[in-house]
Amino acid sequence: MTIKEQQDEIIEEFAYYPEWMEKYEYIIQLGKELPLIEEKYKTDDHLIRGCQSRVWMHPEYRDGKVWFTADSDALITKGLVGMVIRVLSGHTPKEIVDAEIYFISAIALNSHLSPTRSNGLLSMLKQIKNYALAYHLQDVKRETT
Amino acid sequence: MSHTLNIYEPLSIEAIRAEFPILQTLVYGNPLVYLDNAATTQKPLSVLEAMDVYYKTINANVHRGVHHLSQVATDAFEEARRKVASYINAAHDHEIIFTRGTTEGINLVASVFGRANLKAGDEVLITAMEHHSNIVPWQLACEYYGAKLKVIPFSERGELDMDAFAALIKGPVKILSFTYVSNSLGTINPVNEMIHAAHERGIVVLLDAAQAVQHIPIDVQELDVDFLVFSSHKIYGPTGLGVLYGKEALLNKLPPYQGGGEMIRTVSFEKTTYNDLPFKFEAGTPDIAGAIGLGAALDYVNSIGIDRIKLAEEALMEYAQEMMSGVPGIRFVGEAANKAGVISFLLGNHHPFDVGEILDKQGIAVRTGHHCCQPVMDRLGIPGTVRASFSVYNTPEDVDRLVKGLEKTAKMLG
Ligand SMILES: Cc1ncc(COP(=O)(O)O)c(C=O)c1O
Repeated sequence: MTIKEQQDEIIEEFAYYPEWMEKYEYIIQLGKELPLIEEKYKTDDHLIRGCQSRVWMHPEYRDGKVWFTADSDALITKGLVGMVIRVLSGHTPKEIVDAEIYFISAIALNSHLSPTRSNGLLSMLKQIKNYALAYHLQDVKRETT
Repeated sequence: MSHTLNIYEPLSIEAIRAEFPILQTLVYGNPLVYLDNAATTQKPLSVLEAMDVYYKTINANVHRGVHHLSQVATDAFEEARRKVASYINAAHDHEIIFTRGTTEGINLVASVFGRANLKAGDEVLITAMEHHSNIVPWQLACEYYGAKLKVIPFSERGELDMDAFAALIKGPVKILSFTYVSNSLGTINPVNEMIHAAHERGIVVLLDAAQAVQHIPIDVQELDVDFLVFSSHKIYGPTGLGVLYGKEALLNKLPPYQGGGEMIRTVSFEKTTYNDLPFKFEAGTPDIAGAIGLGAALDYVNSIGIDRIKLAEEALMEYAQEMMSGVPGIRFVGEAANKAGVISFLLGNHHPFDVGEILDKQGIAVRTGHHCCQPVMDRLGIPGTVRASFSVYNTPEDVDRLVKGLEKTAKMLG
């Protein structure tokens, strides 16, 4: 599935849940499907800044694609990380860097999430893109030398 | 729970709530339950009107003009100062300095007291339950003058270790600066005992009353405290304004804080002389409307009576404590024998942030996190708490909504 298809799928899933309560239950459910980061990576270097709760994320670059694992000490945050990873994990660095992320506003999460939570979400996206960009630049450099 | 209500008689709680239009707000379709009063209280109509009337009818700069409006504005501003002095029973109106808030009051004292009195080897004594605003200004002063910051620890229950205090106060302490009521634990500290012990050794005392003035009657002369600070916005007044009370003799001995207009008597490039109290510490145009708003807020509190507010809030806190105890998995953080205004807690092992967010979606406003008291959370080994904090307009129904909200939250978070 492309990044776009993944986002459309999530938007469709959320359409089943008109009530905020159900939306949150679903987000928490998604947290349970998050590919968990290995304990040894739960260190300060893997922490994402800008979240009131703690979020650890680890990228792995394998066969030309970036795979993310993560965890959080807060359930809702974990669900949000789960969604973001589901959308962006398993793609090439270039695809991730170029991706336009629209599912968050499309499922009206923006207006529901507390500002600190939305800021955390933005930091998370930025961190993922930064990782991808680093891998991308590494590749470009390798190709040109 | 009618017994909490009739404390206000002949006023009704409905009449009190009607003074606060914001309480009618709907949050995600639910009537607002506002339990974040320790962060800031809502404002009654009389405060909003006083500020409105000021701008509409008497706005002018104070202490400067010969013209009519300037005199009326100055009178109103100075009247507000008198109201503050009377509210905390200061001996003189000029012992009331208007600041931007508690934070600026502490910074002012730390800065000028430090300049006048601190040197290498001296100690500044605070407690482990201080708000960051009563830690960092002292760290800055200590670093600058080579003094040491000493900290009185507290127990698991959230009570100060008075044996440790008795030992620490015997050190080369120059100033004891501590909070009357803890904003993260709700603990009421034994202020009389501590001020007395400090004074026996000639140590100056600053009391952070940010979480006390709105809950407990305060008499600075009876307390015999040297400095006391609080914020207008936590006692139904506007944001951007605070009060520093200081004993006249002490304030007179201290150097000025900021320089500028109003705080001077004569200025020349060779020598500037400073104005008398309180103006010596009020450089620049003050927050005139804010002061008038605070005056109206204190009038409002007096119209009900701080003694009655205290009784009503105590009864409500007791009810809340009892009802919340029934929520499965709840754990209170801060179980001091004497508490005011604040109930901090955790729900099972759930992150406070999750709990706060699900409560918010039900229209219930609480605060989550470390409440600007990171050392408190480190001491207790927790990332933060959920904090429900109460004020004059909260009702047993608010508590019931909170309890129901918590039960729903617990179910959702699993
Ligand atoms: C105990 C205590 N001290 C100081 C402050 C700082 O007050 P302000 O931010 O109004 O300056 C607060 C406010 O949260 C407080 O609760």
